[in-house]
Amino acid sequence: MVVFKKPHALSDVPLHYCPGCTHGIVHRLVAEVIDELGIEGKTIGIAPVGCSVMAYNYFECDMIEAAHGRAPAVATGVKRANPDNIVFTYQGDGDLASIGTAETVHSAARNENITVIFINNAIYGMTGGQMAPTSLPGQVTQTSPYGRDVNLCGYPVKICEMLAQLDGPEYLERVTVNNVKQIKNAKRAIKKAFQNQIDGKGFSLIEVISSCPTNWGMTPQAALKWIDEKMIPYYPLGVYKDRSAEKKEDEQ
Amino acid sequence: MNKLTFRTDNCKGCGLCVDVCPKKVLALAEDVINKKGHHPVTAVNPEACIACAFCATMCPDCIIEVEKGV
Repeated sequence: MVVFKKPHALSDVPLHYCPGCTHGIVHRLVAEVIDELGIEGKTIGIAPVGCSVMAYNYFECDMIEAAHGRAPAVATGVKRANPDNIVFTYQGDGDLASIGTAETVHSAARNENITVIFINNAIYGMTGGQMAPTSLPGQVTQTSPYGRDVNLCGYPVKICEMLAQLDGPEYLERVTVNNVKQIKNAKRAIKKAFQNQIDGKGFSLIEVISSCPTNWGMTPQAALKWIDEKMIPYYPLGVYKDRSAEKKEDEQ
Repeated sequence: MNKLTFRTDNCKGCGLCVDVCPKKVLALAEDVINKKGHHPVTAVNPEACIACAFCATMCPDCIIEVEKGV
């Protein structure tokens, strides 16, 4: 009996990510969910700019490459023109939380019926480890060699907390993938985000706290520990908004 | 007997699977270099495998296939 094999929706192309990068895990989870829901033939993915810019090579479904940060805008267009298709975006923190903040906030406010997978690794990976809007206070990066000074650079952007203030979005959850238990939990969240779209409920965003061993300057193992020690205290995991659950509670 | 199959050429030798295995089945092959130039993972103690698939769940590059009772 096969206990585990590569999901069909994940292509055979070797991933270009650094050793130990958790992008690969999240790619696989998305592919597994596409397989389990049986939606590979009608799914359209939107790739971002950043480390995951080549995500279009790794999924067997149709993919579109969006301009930097504009993935939710492209997804809005695709979904409105083809409401029967399942549309997801896969974005990093430089794409979604920096240059694409406007698109993210407004697609959430409009409650577009799309699924957003947001990888937060607190750094700009592809360009070589510069400070991102999500970098932690005091975090050493290429452009903050003495640690992020919040008086000079401001505070990190907490996307889930920020979007939860809006009435629009259907579902917001923050998960991580630094151990087996958390990976299973992340898959449940991603599946719910896709199911919400199939049910026509609206905007679902899953923020995945990820590691960047290369630019954090750590081994893959130390990077996973750093998530537990530094990232999660600042970015607490959990469900930030679930309108369907809120509605059910109101009815009771 | 449980069986582990590796797509060895795609392995980047990050060692996350080695750390997560509860039965110490896996190790990086220090004397082998794959096409990518990494020491790939190998099963040094395959009899101890309980097919929990923790290694495959943790693998960022999806190179491990796990079969139970082969």
